[in-house]
Amino acid sequence: MKSLSIAFVIFTLALLGFSTYQALVVAPTEQTMGEVQRIFYYHVPSAWVAGLCFAVNFLASVVYLWKRSLNADAVAAASAEVGVVFCTIVLITGPIWARPVWGIWWTWDARLTTTLVLWLIYVSYLVLRRFAAGGQTQVLAAALAIFGFVDVPIVYMSIRWFRTQHPQPVMGGGQNSGLAPEMLHAFLWNLLAFTFVGICFIVARYRLQLMENKVEAAHAQLALQGGAR
Amino acid sequence: MSQISVTRSTLLKDLRMEWRSKDAINSMLFFSLLVVVIFSFAFNPTAEESRQIAGGLVWVAFLFAAVVALNQTWARELRNQVLDAYRVSPAPPNALFLAKVLGNFLFVVILETLMAPLFVVFYQLRSVGPVWQLVVVALLGTWALVVNGTFFAALSIRTRSREIMLPLILFPISIPALLAMVDSTTTILTGDGTPDFWLKMLLVYDVVFTLVCLLLFETVLNAE
Repeated sequence: MKSLSIAFVIFTLALLGFSTYQALVVAPTEQTMGEVQRIFYYHVPSAWVAGLCFAVNFLASVVYLWKRSLNADAVAAASAEVGVVFCTIVLITGPIWARPVWGIWWTWDARLTTTLVLWLIYVSYLVLRRFAAGGQTQVLAAALAIFGFVDVPIVYMSIRWFRTQHPQPVMGGGQNSGLAPEMLHAFLWNLLAFTFVGICFIVARYRLQLMENKVEAAHAQLALQGGAR
Repeated sequence: MSQISVTRSTLLKDLRMEWRSKDAINSMLFFSLLVVVIFSFAFNPTAEESRQIAGGLVWVAFLFAAVVALNQTWARELRNQVLDAYRVSPAPPNALFLAKVLGNFLFVVILETLMAPLFVVFYQLRSVGPVWQLVVVALLGTWALVVNGTFFAALSIRTRSREIMLPLILFPISIPALLAMVDSTTTILTGDGTPDFWLKMLLVYDVVFTLVCLLLFETVLNAE
């Protein structure tokens, strides 16, 4: 098991190295945006991994409420945390890219705003996990996870409507409208590499959560014995 | 005991207690009065400007004020282990939840009714669009805040530092509802377009989250 996970990490690192080479060296420089466009190879895969994490979080929460398995809860906790990390990367790389290309750091565009609200919701999820007391944490967190996931499409719909009423900033050189084959190539490699990185993080965090559970149970046991003495 | 009789007796009990103490309504009223006055100083708007910003001011004031009442929803039941007694009783949990939601809904609607004239006076508001639509927005919007707020109050009551926890989890989820309330109010006040889309959205939000709350409340109530 241990050697398997080490092999997996090494494979992921190799993949990440190769995809970085693809993104920074092999992929051609974009005509209008220049070198800054290369942030695309990190920005979009991060968004993809964040979305994946939040979907895993939702599924794990439903499974937890259904089966009451602590393993499912550990998966939910791990994926929410990793998702917030990748969502943060999206929210940081986005403005860095937007500033030279759109001329502004931030705009209340549908996708940007939805990502921000998504981030807020899952940060509140992590806060709840931190503050909930004892054995109730899992149930409360799972309930909130379901609320958060249900909210996402509503947020997207509402903000799209909110913004379509107002003029939108000009999107410089639509990144999805006809991607050059080399760019697509580099992008797909990065997508794959980031997915593996995300899985690595989730698995590591999942194991940590299980250990934390064990430590907590041991503490509780100790306190009980102490009380009996 | 049937669903309706549990809901009714819990609701009547809450209303009677509120009628005698007036804790929630007084603190909400004074809080939103403060918000009205402070915002009025801070922005000092003309009649035309206030039409533009009033939607935001009104709903932010009511949202913050509602949190005051929502935080007290379950605190009362924690004393003397009333909530534990409720859990062992055969009464349907959703009946209790609905009673609490209806109670909070009533408190917040009363607050809005009392505060609306003050907003009109302080901000020289005069609606260009039809006023009855504002009533629809208020009812749908208040339900959206209160149904989720009551549920999340039941979540946050089980955490450390519970008073702070409620807004932290309620506000992110409420963003689309708040956006709908603010934007439709502004649309009606300025008479600039129709709020139809927002009203539909609020309705969808209300239906979806009422269902989710009813689905999950029993689980949360029985969380150990």
